[in-house]
Amino acid sequence: MVNEFTYIILADDDEDDRIFFSEAFDELKMKTKVTLFNDGTQLMDYLKQPNAILPHILFLDLNMPLKSGIECLHEIKANARFKDIAIAIYSTSASDDDIEATFVSGANIYIKKPSDFGTLKKILKDVVTINWHYQSSGLNKANFLLKI
Amino acid sequence: MKIHLKFDFNAVATLHLERLLAENKVTYKSENFNEIELLSSVSHSDYQLFKELLQSNGIEIIENQKVILVQKIKSIILQMIQNQDEVHLKTSVYLSEQMNQSYPSISNLFSEVTYTSIENFIIMQKIEIVKQQIISNQYTLTEIAFKYNYSSVAHLSNQFKKCTGITPSAFERIIRKRAALTN
Repeated sequence: MVNEFTYIILADDDEDDRIFFSEAFDELKMKTKVTLFNDGTQLMDYLKQPNAILPHILFLDLNMPLKSGIECLHEIKANARFKDIAIAIYSTSASDDDIEATFVSGANIYIKKPSDFGTLKKILKDVVTINWHYQSSGLNKANFLLKI
Repeated sequence: MKIHLKFDFNAVATLHLERLLAENKVTYKSENFNEIELLSSVSHSDYQLFKELLQSNGIEIIENQKVILVQKIKSIILQMIQNQDEVHLKTSVYLSEQMNQSYPSISNLFSEVTYTSIENFIIMQKIEIVKQQIISNQYTLTEIAFKYNYSSVAHLSNQFKKCTGITPSAFERIIRKRAALTN
């Protein structure tokens, strides 16, 4: 964590959520580089470029116009080039069954969007830290499931 | 046929490194896991080549002193968890003996570099082992709790839920459904 940057992408159509998200990382000062996309189509167009910098963690809102988070998740999981990306679903509340379905489809993390900024900062810090341990401490990524 | 594998990561990594060094005719002395001493002098350009070779094989040369120490702490903790029956000292006492430093300074350094407390790191690693055991389908949760010194199944379940946000049974179900999807 000392020397390397963690690359992060968020795809979310809600402008306020995007702003909170990037401000939270600004304040955390954890050596992260955050890129934002407004919807699933923009995100997938970017990722499919051969020279795209692939993120360590991709945060996906579920309800987006044009292409939903679930559609992005399925496309990403079907492409071996993206196998090292940790996928975090970043959504307003959902039923336990819906959450479990995203895990089964290959999501690693499910985050219920918190209502206050302090909680958001803590959650994002935990996610980056735990993900970093999966990269650097010999943990098995296939078993990486986290619900916050 | 599907088979489940459990890795001894230290052993696998050591073997891999030994092969690489032998193939490239590097003479070295092995200090302990994740520490080797090169016995011939190495020019700067050779060192860079060697570094790249290791990197392309998933091995990184650590050049930051703090990161080296943290790596040492991690491997001591991992060995401790794996040999639970043999180590009877408290983690803090054992770590400070092995590192030859006071526990507060070890613990501060660890948090500074990893943003995680040693306590949380240990819990994370134990839960990781529990996950492997659950997937292997060889043991019941009760047996796993006993094997890894949890006071009860409830204690294990609570810690699992606290650490991952889901219950052990939900975890098992998700992994099983995923496997069914890919088959």
